[in-house]
Amino acid sequence: MTSQTLTYREALRASIEQALIEDDKVFLMGEDVGKYGGCYAVSKGLLDTYGAERIIDTPLCESGFVGVGIGAALGGMHPIVEIMTVNFSLLAMDQIINSAATMHHMSGGQLNVPIVIRMACGAGKQLAAQHSHSWENFYAHVPGLKVLSPATQNDARHMLGQALNDPDPVIIFEHVMLLNESGEVLDKPDADMEKALVRRQGQDISLITYGGCLHKALSAAEKLASLNINAEVIDLRCLRPLDTATILASVAKTHRAIIIDEGWMTGSIAGEISAIIMEQGFWFLDAPVKRLCTAEVPIPYPSHLEQAAIPQVETIITSAQAIMAGEQ
Amino acid sequence: MNQKLHLDRHHLIRQLTQMLRIRRFEEKCAELYAQEKIRGFLHLYIGEEAIAVGVMAKLTPEDNIVATYREHGHALARGLSMNSVLAEMYGKTNGCSRGRGGSMHLFDKQHHFYGGNAIVAGGLPLAVGLAMANKQQHKQNVTACFFGEGAVAEGEFHEAMNLAALWKLPVLFICENNQYAMGTALALSESETNIAKKAQSYGMPAVQVDGMNVVDVESATVKAIEYINTNTSPYFLECQTYRFRGHSSFDGQLYRTKAEVKQWEEKGPVIRLIKWLQQNNHFDDAELQRIESDIDNEISQAIMFAEQGEWESISDLCKGVYTPANHTTSISTLQGEQ
Repeated sequence: MTSQTLTYREALRASIEQALIEDDKVFLMGEDVGKYGGCYAVSKGLLDTYGAERIIDTPLCESGFVGVGIGAALGGMHPIVEIMTVNFSLLAMDQIINSAATMHHMSGGQLNVPIVIRMACGAGKQLAAQHSHSWENFYAHVPGLKVLSPATQNDARHMLGQALNDPDPVIIFEHVMLLNESGEVLDKPDADMEKALVRRQGQDISLITYGGCLHKALSAAEKLASLNINAEVIDLRCLRPLDTATILASVAKTHRAIIIDEGWMTGSIAGEISAIIMEQGFWFLDAPVKRLCTAEVPIPYPSHLEQAAIPQVETIITSAQAIMAGEQ
Repeated sequence: MNQKLHLDRHHLIRQLTQMLRIRRFEEKCAELYAQEKIRGFLHLYIGEEAIAVGVMAKLTPEDNIVATYREHGHALARGLSMNSVLAEMYGKTNGCSRGRGGSMHLFDKQHHFYGGNAIVAGGLPLAVGLAMANKQQHKQNVTACFFGEGAVAEGEFHEAMNLAALWKLPVLFICENNQYAMGTALALSESETNIAKKAQSYGMPAVQVDGMNVVDVESATVKAIEYINTNTSPYFLECQTYRFRGHSSFDGQLYRTKAEVKQWEEKGPVIRLIKWLQQNNHFDDAELQRIESDIDNEISQAIMFAEQGEWESISDLCKGVYTPANHTTSISTLQGEQ
């Protein structure tokens, strides 16, 4: 197997490019994906190579162009639709939830919608309260959708291809703080897209997370190791459907769990996982499940407040220590 | 394809038959609703039949249709069987959407009938996307998108207009202007009540048509399709019409007078065509009775079919949310395998 080092952004671009090469039904559509090169420069250069028929700049009308993507998918195409940020995706929620997610079911199984919708998410760039949120949970709530959260460069490289091979609508969240990070990219995916992965083995406590918080959980685990706490790190990768078996297997081994989630705590994915552990893994537990989420505040502009709002390595470490010491 | 308008006797009687099928079917549906055989919402198309019948007559089997929650007439005019439509309204597995959709969500892949959308204006972007798929795959087909004038107030209407015109996509927009969005008259919701004018502002040709006259609708459709095919660009029809019944099954109709309804009923599409045929084409009562009797039979058959249909097992409740694993290719087979 060959291996190379790419940034997350380069990995995303390579995945789009491969899809364009392999399938003439694939096209990329979104605001500023063409001439501008993508709001986050993910699609930079693709317009020159693949032309305006396959790299389509849209007007600013999220509901309109997402709906058009869904229609094109119904008509036999394989659209990749980019929405600049999850915040703007709220304008397209009608089409995503009322059309894409329902079409297969409402038609009695006759139709399917093979669309992939990519969007940026997450805090950390001081973009304040209308460009910084993590609302994976809004979409993970909806039957009919699949929701992916690539946290590694290899997942950034391969999850798009996996999503395009899925006959149903798939939403991919790309955390903005990962874009410039480099890492190893292999020539094949780590696993099926719906599988959660143990990114670090451990037996004392499970750190369950996804997306932008994975590297925080991994660095916390490294520091915890030096404190004689051996943490296991689970990368959920897919937020709908959830790989419940992998979560429960880890908790069965470690008997303790912290869920780290950049969404707000109320109604969060962390809450969902906590409930799953409670319902199906209660007797494994030696301590209450802990949720580390974003504070219940719109993301503020100043860096110190923004960082205070979202989960941090330090809080993961102190929470794990407290749980291990039986202090929670 | 060069579309021509053939107004011979045979064709007019066929159009009358289609309109009567829809009319009698829906009258029966209202009865079945009262008997609680049909539940949920029931949006009747009575009064507006000339539009679906006029437009559908000029579509090819490969053309796409996107309709709204008031789509029984469109489904029947498109060729979905009355059996499968009624069974769907009963919620039975032999319905056209396996009973999962009901009256507002009639679908038929074989007939390129993409629903049955109950989000006002929600179907417009889908229609633009279907047209985009056709264009990208070099298929010369039209996507006909039906919607009410209430949709015009929604942002999705304007986004779809702009995208269709900007990208020159082969969409036939058909606004069924029945004057009221539920109970709100057009003048109470729009600063500009000429809807065709709004469409023109997006750079597409748009005309107002007498939606109570099936011949006018068909003739306008011929021109529209010719334009769409020649220019690979959208075209807009605003069909002026009126629904004789309430918005849905729950409507006290406080917003309009009986006199107004009566006035429109007098120029209704069915009565008008019957009168014209009687005056000009030696159309006698016996012939009309034969048509009515055939329709009665078709409706009786459909009721039997729906009654005999099966309820889906509750153990299958969560099926049909995702495409089954044995799906061979992620490419939708809707048009790809023809």
